[in-house]
Amino acid sequence: MIEPVGAFVPRLYRVDAAHRETHDTATLELVPQEGDAPAYRPGQFNMLYAFGVGEVAISVSGDASDPSRLVHTVRDLGAASAAIAHLRRHAVVGLRGPYGSAWPMDAAEGGDVLIVAGGLGLAPLRPAIYHLLRHRGRYGRIAILYGARTPSEVLFGRELARWRKRGDLDVLLTVDRAERDWHDDVGAVPLLIGRIGIARHATTALVCGPEVMMRFTVAALREAGLGDDKTYVSMERNMKCAVGLCGRCQYGPSFVCKDGPVMRVDRIANIFGVRGI
Amino acid sequence: MAAHAAPPAGRHEGASVFEACALQALFDALGARGYRVVGPTIREGAIVYGDVTRLADLPVGWTDVHEPGRYRLARRTDDAYFGYVVGPTSLKRFLFPPEERIWEAHRDGKTFSIRELPADAPKTAFLGVRACELAALGITDRVFTGGAVRDERYAARRDAAVIVAVNCAEARGTCFCVSMGTGPKARAGYDVALTELLDTNRHDFLAEAGSEAGAELLAALERRPATQADLAAASEASSRAAAQMGRRLDTSTVKERLQANPNDPRWDDVAARCLSCGNCTMVCPTCFCSTIEDATDLRDTVAERTRKWDSCFTMDFSYLHGGSVRDETRTRYRQWLTHKFATWVDQFGTSGCVGCGRCITWCPVGIDVTVEAAAVGAGGQRNEVNDGHD
Amino acid sequence: MDTIERVLLEQPFLEGIDPAAAHLLAACTRNVRFERGLYLFHEGEPADELYLLRAGMVAIEIAAPGRAPVAIATLRQGDVVGASWLVPPYRWTFDARAVETTSAFGVDAACLRSKCDADGRFGYAMMKRFVPVLVQRMQAARFQILDVYSKRSAL
Repeated sequence: MIEPVGAFVPRLYRVDAAHRETHDTATLELVPQEGDAPAYRPGQFNMLYAFGVGEVAISVSGDASDPSRLVHTVRDLGAASAAIAHLRRHAVVGLRGPYGSAWPMDAAEGGDVLIVAGGLGLAPLRPAIYHLLRHRGRYGRIAILYGARTPSEVLFGRELARWRKRGDLDVLLTVDRAERDWHDDVGAVPLLIGRIGIARHATTALVCGPEVMMRFTVAALREAGLGDDKTYVSMERNMKCAVGLCGRCQYGPSFVCKDGPVMRVDRIANIFGVRGI
Repeated sequence: MAAHAAPPAGRHEGASVFEACALQALFDALGARGYRVVGPTIREGAIVYGDVTRLADLPVGWTDVHEPGRYRLARRTDDAYFGYVVGPTSLKRFLFPPEERIWEAHRDGKTFSIRELPADAPKTAFLGVRACELAALGITDRVFTGGAVRDERYAARRDAAVIVAVNCAEARGTCFCVSMGTGPKARAGYDVALTELLDTNRHDFLAEAGSEAGAELLAALERRPATQADLAAASEASSRAAAQMGRRLDTSTVKERLQANPNDPRWDDVAARCLSCGNCTMVCPTCFCSTIEDATDLRDTVAERTRKWDSCFTMDFSYLHGGSVRDETRTRYRQWLTHKFATWVDQFGTSGCVGCGRCITWCPVGIDVTVEAAAVGAGGQRNEVNDGHD
Repeated sequence: MDTIERVLLEQPFLEGIDPAAAHLLAACTRNVRFERGLYLFHEGEPADELYLLRAGMVAIEIAAPGRAPVAIATLRQGDVVGASWLVPPYRWTFDARAVETTSAFGVDAACLRSKCDADGRFGYAMMKRFVPVLVQRMQAARFQILDVYSKRSAL
């Protein structure tokens, strides 16, 4: 029985496994010290706390149907994320969550799904991909378009290769620059959209990556005829309380911690891309 | 005692009248019930909330002058106990402290344990709360306890609070509660509401109970039922205050105009004046933004989490990946004003502004939100002079 | 109409082209094929032929002394390879290598330029097709310069 705790108090989790993904990114599998991990939906995030250092908002990157653990892919970007990304097996972290809105896995059923990811953005989308593959029959065509900086910074490379081998989905990779042994594309990820062709009335697009990449991608999707009401992005803003009380994550009228991070583009179209919002 | 859960005034008994000096009995009654009485006091040249035990602790015979960027105390010609409006502090300071430790963690080998620190929620009676402040309380109640996640610490302090409101008999140079629909008469949310009736022949208080607790408190005082004349005098005081508003704001189009014009040149105009000092957010009774700080002792064995007031005017507030999303004064001012008058409505169902005028008074450069909010999206019409009259 | 002209009309790049214009273009065009690993052209060489890819993949590369060449763009079926043929001194500024065996239409640049000079309407019709491709490449290149996925990127 877990005692209910105040909204700002983390629960303790143990690192059950830690894999290095790239030179600055690691994936941690977290298991609660007591009781079960909470259920979550693809696209949600947790606040991870490193003792004495601080907290950082990290999307869950694992399989939502696995109740035993919470998986997070963390990049070393600041003091708190660096502390967490370098944790080893058996280390203890604090965790609050899950928080936020989820990818529209139900609404997307019956149609095609286009996943467009950039850099670390593939991590918050991985739970959505797992869901799509687990329930493959509920969806039409599935395509994953993924852009990374260089081949050595491609996230989840082995999984991408496995997904490609399945034959029931398209996986297109591109990098910003490459050396000799790269056999996929080189170029901005939105270019891949023109290459695959989308059914504009029956596709849901899930987009995640740096905000500039998402802006370029949304522009390319609009050009391909996809409506803003069919496109979802994962927004990011300064996050402290994660429960709608500190006011910092405001994005126009929305709180990214409650009304996001997953947001449908038509609902934010008037502020998406406006500088300083 | 839960004033914020009280039914509207008037259901508890008729209004009564007691002599001004009998207010001391109210302090005594509150003290006897274990309440700390916090009310207006003079400190460092301003009227701020502080401890009140005797009538002399109040700013008797004092008044305040409010203009954009200017605040002074001045002597009245009478001995009114509440002859001023609002000061730089509001109840926010007590219900939502500027700094509060929330929990403590202790390292224990490879693991650690967290101990939540209980909220400091002493029984407090707030005296001299104006209608605009009552409205602000309703707003902060919505922010902190109306969502999916409640701020239990605020809720505990709120539940331990008694509200003794005072109806303004005069308004000052930056007041615009009439425009915001929040005053000058207190309508709900108080345990007791007082109206000071002072002229050459009398110095009394008209008292109305707004809750069971308020009625019970008033029962401890020597008083008589209010007459029609008393009620008329109280009503006249409120009307006088309503007619003296220092500022005016037409709220009918402000939300749409602010949200539809993120690139209006007025934002550049105000940014050229704004110092981004954040005074407005500190004195505002509804600004609620905070930060969470995690710190550790030198031996890295004890860590603690503290919640502190913060302001959207700081560069740190919107920090993301190596820089601030709002890295210009222009975008930070736009965020504050648009939140207060527009997106607040989307988030909480009401405007975030109660028309108290504090931000206008305590802005070091005298930026007037009633002028700025009217100017954005108004097609370049400059309306610099706003003296509250048609 | 010969085979090249007929197949040219099917290229998405030339969709909706006036048949007379296609005829003019076909006169400058031949079929080419590059085995995997071969270079279509090298930096500094005369930019005398541009390529409209029919199948395969081409990488645009640049080489610096002491390190392996870096690919900065890949082009596939339907893409146009080459822009330097449009501007004097008509010399390639990058290398282009066939990553996969690639078949393409090779268009003689001097031939195409002289036909554009001779017939303004044909010239404008050609430019209206080439310029959007260049703009899209420029936008993509700008995106790549921003290095958005790096820790210390501009964004």
